[in-house]
Amino acid sequence: MTYEAVAFTALSDPTRRRVLERLSRGPRAVGEIAAGLPVSRPAVSQHLKVLKEAGLVSDRQDGARRIYAIDPKGLGAMRAWLDQFWDVALAGLKAEIERAAAAEKDQDR
Amino acid sequence: MSLAIKPAPVKKSITVAAPPETAFRVFTAGLDRWWPRSHSIGEAPLKTAVLEPAVGGRWYGLLENGAEAEWGDVLAWEPPRRVLLAWRIGADWKFDPALLTEVEVTFTPDGAATRVELEHRLLENMGAAGEGARAQFDGEMGWGGLLALFAATLAETA
Repeated sequence: MTYEAVAFTALSDPTRRRVLERLSRGPRAVGEIAAGLPVSRPAVSQHLKVLKEAGLVSDRQDGARRIYAIDPKGLGAMRAWLDQFWDVALAGLKAEIERAAAAEKDQDR
Repeated sequence: MSLAIKPAPVKKSITVAAPPETAFRVFTAGLDRWWPRSHSIGEAPLKTAVLEPAVGGRWYGLLENGAEAEWGDVLAWEPPRRVLLAWRIGADWKFDPALLTEVEVTFTPDGAATRVELEHRLLENMGAAGEGARAQFDGEMGWGGLLALFAATLAETA
């Protein structure tokens, strides 16, 4: 999957696009993002989680609140690509390590 | 206004049924045997992935067209527990020797198995080049409106 595709999938949902539009005006807490949207606050949290996993928004703790923002340096797409890349890479790595370990055991026999 | 918000590091963890020595050797000397072909980023298909086993060694791809695609170099070499690699490819997919992002991989024994943890960090250093990638994104995918909003936000916070 290309890095464009990861972010594009995250943006396929209209509510998520509205969440991003709100964040484009500046960092916001979940309550501020949810206000006026026709979905529950837990649903907004869920959308934020998807956007975060796609690397399109980042978050930080501010006292008791968690503040969300659009990635200020525009790296969301690249981060999303790397996240996918390392999943694929490590799956291949695991298979190869275990193949090598099995071969070593055979030699010891 | 300061940019306090950074992209989080990419963190991954897998457990493999092998001792750390085997895991470390496959990750490094065996790089070519597991490195994903589907995600090659060079101008030609990847032929061989190479990692030179010492601090200062390079890691790079030999491409089908004979060219080398540089990825970075080895910053720490501590077999069989840890390797730290510089990944110097920016968000514009170009090698930049002045760009530093780090890929740290640790190999920790867990019974008869090994936990392999990977962290790709300092992604914020890709910032300047990220602008280019985003512009391309806009052109190819046509998210004009949304990305214009992103650009406006950047102008305000930069």
